[in-house]
Amino acid sequence: MGFEDWAAEPLNWVFLAVALATTISGLRVVTSPNVVHAALFLVAALAGTAAIFLLLAAEFLAWVLVLVYIGAVIVLFLFGIMITRAPTGRDEAEVDHQRRAPAVLVSAGLFALLAWGLLSQWGDTALDRITAGTPTEVLAEGLLGRFVFPFEVVGFVLLAALVGGITIARRDLSPAEERERESR
Amino acid sequence: MILNQFLILAALLFCMGVYGLLVRRNAVMVLLSVELMLAAVNINLVALEAFWQTAEALGQILAVFIITIAAAEVGIGLAIILLIFRNRRSANVDELNLMRW
Repeated sequence: MGFEDWAAEPLNWVFLAVALATTISGLRVVTSPNVVHAALFLVAALAGTAAIFLLLAAEFLAWVLVLVYIGAVIVLFLFGIMITRAPTGRDEAEVDHQRRAPAVLVSAGLFALLAWGLLSQWGDTALDRITAGTPTEVLAEGLLGRFVFPFEVVGFVLLAALVGGITIARRDLSPAEERERESR
Repeated sequence: MILNQFLILAALLFCMGVYGLLVRRNAVMVLLSVELMLAAVNINLVALEAFWQTAEALGQILAVFIITIAAAEVGIGLAIILLIFRNRRSANVDELNLMRW
């Protein structure tokens, strides 16, 4: 498929716009000197991911992503940022390590490797078998049928993680405070 | 649409996450980078699912599991960071040398 054929499809232009927005916000997540800005750019990057899911006809997953990530996880992050007094100033050296060149080298090298592998494996294989959105019924049958055991295990993991999180983050009282509480 | 445009976007997001993981000092920012990497993996799974069109939507089911585990990971990770911050007055990963030999 040549570039003209690719550009003739209007969905590809939608993809291009979404991909550009996602890439730019992803870049800002890892480069912004302000932690709150980084978290808010992660919202944009995840919204872009949800839009990609919609393009790939995975509607349920797209809205799960919006609900769970943008609705809950980012709020958790903002709480974490506020409580730990993460740097929100302009002092860039505080946020990043001094030497960035090795990190750039590693990530650029990894991207080159992945892109080479993907291009040599898939080339310009067309993605044209999407006919309609995935019905939520199919996902539900899978999750509550064949994958019911992993589904329950994941639910248990989530519960255990949250209980563990509360236990870890709870402030223990000092002995004096405990005695005071008992005497009351 | 071709398959590779989605896979390469996912690879790009993943490598950005790797960069953030290596270069950030604050532990909350490291977790943000991990979230970026997990989102990239989810794009990969959903794109390949759209390509193979399995009858049970296996790729999407796996992505649901990843989203759940990621939520658990953020909850417990932030709790640990909170505890470290309370004890050490800092959440910078290069200042945590308590368990370093």
